[in-house]
This record gives sequence, C-alpha cells and structure tokens, in this order.
Amino acid sequence: MGTFILRRLLFMVVVLVGMSVITFSLTHLVPGNPARLLAGQHASEEEVHAVAVLYGLDRSVPTQFWIYMNGLLHGDFGMSLTNRRPVMEDLRQFLPASIELTLAAILIVVVIGLPVGLVAGVRRGKPSDHILRFLTVGGVSMPIFWFGIILQIVFYKQLQLLPIGGRLGILDTEPTQVTGFYLIDTLLDGDLSTFGSALVHLILPAATLAAGSLAVVTRMMRASVIEVLDADYVRTARAKGLSRAAVLRRHVFRNALIPTTTVLGLQIGALLAGNVLTEVVFNWPGIGLYAVNGIKNLDYPAIMGVTLVISVIYVFVNLLVDIAYVVLDPRISFGGAAAR
Amino acid sequence: MSEPVLPVSTVDALADTPPMLRRKPRNLLRRLLTNPLSAAGLILVCLAVVAAVLAPQITPSDPLAMTLENRLAPPSAEHWFGTDDGGRDILSRIIYGTRSSLLTALGILAMASILGTIVGLVAGSCGGWVDEGLMRITDMFLAFPALVLAMGLAATLGPSLFNAMIATAIVWWPWYARLARGQTLQLKHEAFVEAARIAGASPIRIAIHHILRNCLTPIIVQMSLDIGYAILTLASLSFIGLGAQAPTPEWGSMVSIGRDYFLDQWWMVTFPGLAIFISVMAFNLLGDGLQEALSPRLRR
Repeated sequence: MGTFILRRLLFMVVVLVGMSVITFSLTHLVPGNPARLLAGQHASEEEVHAVAVLYGLDRSVPTQFWIYMNGLLHGDFGMSLTNRRPVMEDLRQFLPASIELTLAAILIVVVIGLPVGLVAGVRRGKPSDHILRFLTVGGVSMPIFWFGIILQIVFYKQLQLLPIGGRLGILDTEPTQVTGFYLIDTLLDGDLSTFGSALVHLILPAATLAAGSLAVVTRMMRASVIEVLDADYVRTARAKGLSRAAVLRRHVFRNALIPTTTVLGLQIGALLAGNVLTEVVFNWPGIGLYAVNGIKNLDYPAIMGVTLVISVIYVFVNLLVDIAYVVLDPRISFGGAAAR
Repeated sequence: MSEPVLPVSTVDALADTPPMLRRKPRNLLRRLLTNPLSAAGLILVCLAVVAAVLAPQITPSDPLAMTLENRLAPPSAEHWFGTDDGGRDILSRIIYGTRSSLLTALGILAMASILGTIVGLVAGSCGGWVDEGLMRITDMFLAFPALVLAMGLAATLGPSLFNAMIATAIVWWPWYARLARGQTLQLKHEAFVEAARIAGASPIRIAIHHILRNCLTPIIVQMSLDIGYAILTLASLSFIGLGAQAPTPEWGSMVSIGRDYFLDQWWMVTFPGLAIFISVMAFNLLGDGLQEALSPRLRR
C-alpha cells in the first residue's frame, strides 16, 4: 500500500511536469508575439521590447521554460493581462466559490444517485427502471449551460422561488473571509439569514452542475447492483436467512459502491469542467467565470492558470480515488498478491 | 488482394474472416430497429442529416437576413420558433446550425481517430521504448479534464469554429490511441497475423492489411459513441465564446446570445438548446444501439 501510494505520487509529479510543458507550449509558442499581446495593441515597438525583456520573452526557449517552471514552483502563474494582478491572487480569491459549488454538486450526486441506482437495479425491468434509463440518457445528452438557463426561467421567472444567480442577494453582507466557503463563513459569523441566502443561491447552480454526473453515477450504480445481485455471496446471504433489507444494505450496497466510487472520481473532472459553464450561466464568481472573462479579454495567463489549477486538482482527486478504492475493497491489495 | 506471392494472398484471404464480428448491413439494421430507443435515435439522426443536406431548400428564410422591424418576435405561424435580436428566423438558423454541428463533429472524430489510430498502431506494433514513450505522452493528455484542456487550446488558437474543432481533436486522440493500441496488442498474436509474418509480409504490410483492418470495427463503434459528445463539446465551447462567432448560425452561440434576452424572449435560448439536446441524445441512443449490435463485449 505504501509503495503503491509512493508510485502514484511519483507518477503524479511526472504528470504535473508534463502538464506544465503543455501549458508552457500553449502560452509561449503560440503564433504571434506574446510580448505584443502583453503590452497591448496600441503599444509602441519600444514598449513591446521592454515587456519582452521584463518577462524574459527575448531569451531562448529553454531559458524561458526554466523561468516559467521556476515561477510555477513558487506559485507564480504570471500576471493577469486585464487587471494586472498576479493570477495566483485571483485564483486564490475565486477558487473557494468553485470548490463550494462542486462539493454541493457532489453531495447531490451521492445523495440522489446512489439510492436511485440501487432501487433501479433491484427493480430491473420494471417501468420505473425504464423511465430511469430514459432520464439518464437524457441527463448525459443535455447541454448543462442550457439546462441551467431553463432552470432559471422556471424557478426564477415563472415560480419566483429561487434567485437567478450570484452567491448572495444584493442586500446581504458578505461574510468575513475565513474559508471562502460562504456556507461555513456565515455560520462562523453566526449570521443565519445570510447563511440561508447563501444556501438558496447555491441550489440552482449545484443542481445544474450535478445533472450530467448524476445520470452517469446512477447508471453505474444500477449496473453494479445488477451485477452484485447475481453474485454467489448474495445468494448465500439470502440462503442463510438474512432479511432483504440486511442483504441489500450489508452486501449489495457496499459491494456495488466500489466500481461506482471510481466512476464518481472520474466525474470530478467533468464537474470541474462543468463549473466553467455553470458559473457563466449563474454569474457565480468562481475560477470558471474568471476563465471565461479571460477568454473574452484574451487574457492568456489567466486562462492557463485556471487550466493548470483545475488539472492539478483533477490529478490529485484521482489519486485520492485510487486510495479510496483500496480502503473500500479489502480484496484489492497492492503488495503484489491481488486476490481478485 | 491481387498479390502474386501465393502465401501472402492466402493469408490476406484469411484476414477477411477476422475474429471481430462482421455482420451484413441488413442484419445490423434489423438489430438496430428492434430496440425502440436505438430506432428512435436512428430516425432522428437521419432527420438531422437530411436537414443539414437540404438546409437551403427547406429553411423558410435566410438564416442571416436581418429584418429589424421584426426583431425578438415570439413564435408565430410565420416564424415557428420566433426571431432573434436581429429579426433572423430562429428555425432557419437551427436548420443551418445542423450543418456546422454535424460537420465539425465529424471533423473532430476524423482527426482524432486518424491521429489516435496511427499512434496506437505504431505503439502496439513496435513495442519497446517506442510504445512506452508514445503511451506516456498519451497518458499526459488524458490527465487533463478534456473540456478544460480544449478550452485552453481553443483560447490560444483564437476563437473560431475551426480552431475549436482542432482543439477538441487534440484533446480526444489519446482515447483512440489507447483503443487502437489495445486492439493491436490483442491482434498481434492472432494466428492469421503470425501466419502473415511467417509468410514474409513486412511489418508495415501486417500493420495495415491485417491489424488495422480488424481494428476498424471497435474504432467505428467508439466514433459512433463519441459523436454526440463531440457536438456537445463544440456547443459548449461556442457558448463560452470560443467556437462559432455571431451571427454564424451555430447552436451553442445562439444559446449564448439568447442568454441576454432569456427572461422575456425565452424562445431564443429554448429552441437552439433543444436542438443540441435532441441531436446529442439521438446520437447517443444510436451509438448505444450500434455498440450492442456490433460488439457486445465492448462496454465502456
């Protein structure tokens, strides 16, 4: 187990270096003159040259790569071209909002997806199972940005139940910044009404973000439940007289959870990417909205910073999923002798 | 197939009855139509293709023609899906949008599958450090969340539908490389490949005539599963401003423009979004059906 984690960590370092090579190539080897881009459209030749010298853009490519990597290692993602602030500072400011949204979506996926998948698997072939199959195909086919807008039309415009976007209402005061998660910070402030507002603002974006992954996870859970139901140990458990509920809870649910966890882990990548689209629709001030504003202003350091941060989180989460896999399934050991 | 050297051509003939399932087209169609969901997918896909091909003939009006006195008109007998901020007919724009969606999605799949298949075929055939090197590069690309990397690439290349297509293809080829490599490794030790090798066929001939031909079925199945996601990815990139630029009739950018008006002019986002939704779903249903009909063992 220890060597397994060590090996994975080592591979993670390799992947991270590879990622920085890719993002470096994107920012530094693009057709066109990055210095001109940095200096702005109306800069004179001298200004462009000054910028090139300032950012080391006049040096050789390997030197530039060295400077870039050195910067990354020190948490320097470069300067945002729009607000002239270090990208790192921007990311630190916007990241908590994205993580809060993603966690809320994961919560929805787990709380709804796992039980529904279990029920569908148990009731295989019944009408409710068919309806669910149709819904899950719909869920993965739906453009989430469009789904978000439809939710806004229904719940904001028509029913007037939920806010249209943002993290708080206009009249709410922002909580003192501690964790950056409004749900936690408002509680730390003891401000229940703002907590309620933050919660209400979270519902639609989280539901939008969760929709696609919910479909995938439910489908996976259903498939694994069906597979587990056929397993010998389930028949044995039934034969020895365990109640239906106990068999489902102790044997079926737990074992079906193992492959589903992997899929859930892979979905985190989709959720992080979905953040970009969801945040635009709901004007949610996270790194996704930051990236899209960067796109509008051709702010390459900002875009690459977001790309890199999301990818690093993704790689890290995948490592955690692999470890969780071992913890959940006692049959898998990475000492060499796998019992499977 | 008309090689003068007898053994090789005999082996080529052998390769024509490969281990992969090869069914008659009529048989395949019947299998697809027995499942109501796949049948629905097939019909919708056919409709989309017809709409794309016949767009100029069947659209009620020019998708780019502005009639400002008629802007933001709700759905009516004249404009079934209403008009947009430039008074353009939304139905016509959606029909024309079918063209760009289908063409760019096919473009992505063609580029990604060709590049990926070449890489996978070379890696699997050569083995050794070539395999190791190529597959580590592949892993590197797979470590990124696809849409995010595509976003970064498309932003660097500059916002346009063509660049969005290139960016998505660059993100997608590794999946095909993995698939092709896996198939190659499997086929490499099949009797008909061994026979070809003994008969003196060159490695390149083996790779192309024996291995590639038998890789094609799973690759085509994968393409049919991916085409819906290709449409979705392109629409998403267009939505955040990285794909087609207004006023090009493209579904993702139509939703993006409609977002400025959606509270009062709901039709501007609803119908283009529905077009994306239905076409992606149609391709997904068809892809699922094809996968089941062609290779029941291959499950994602």
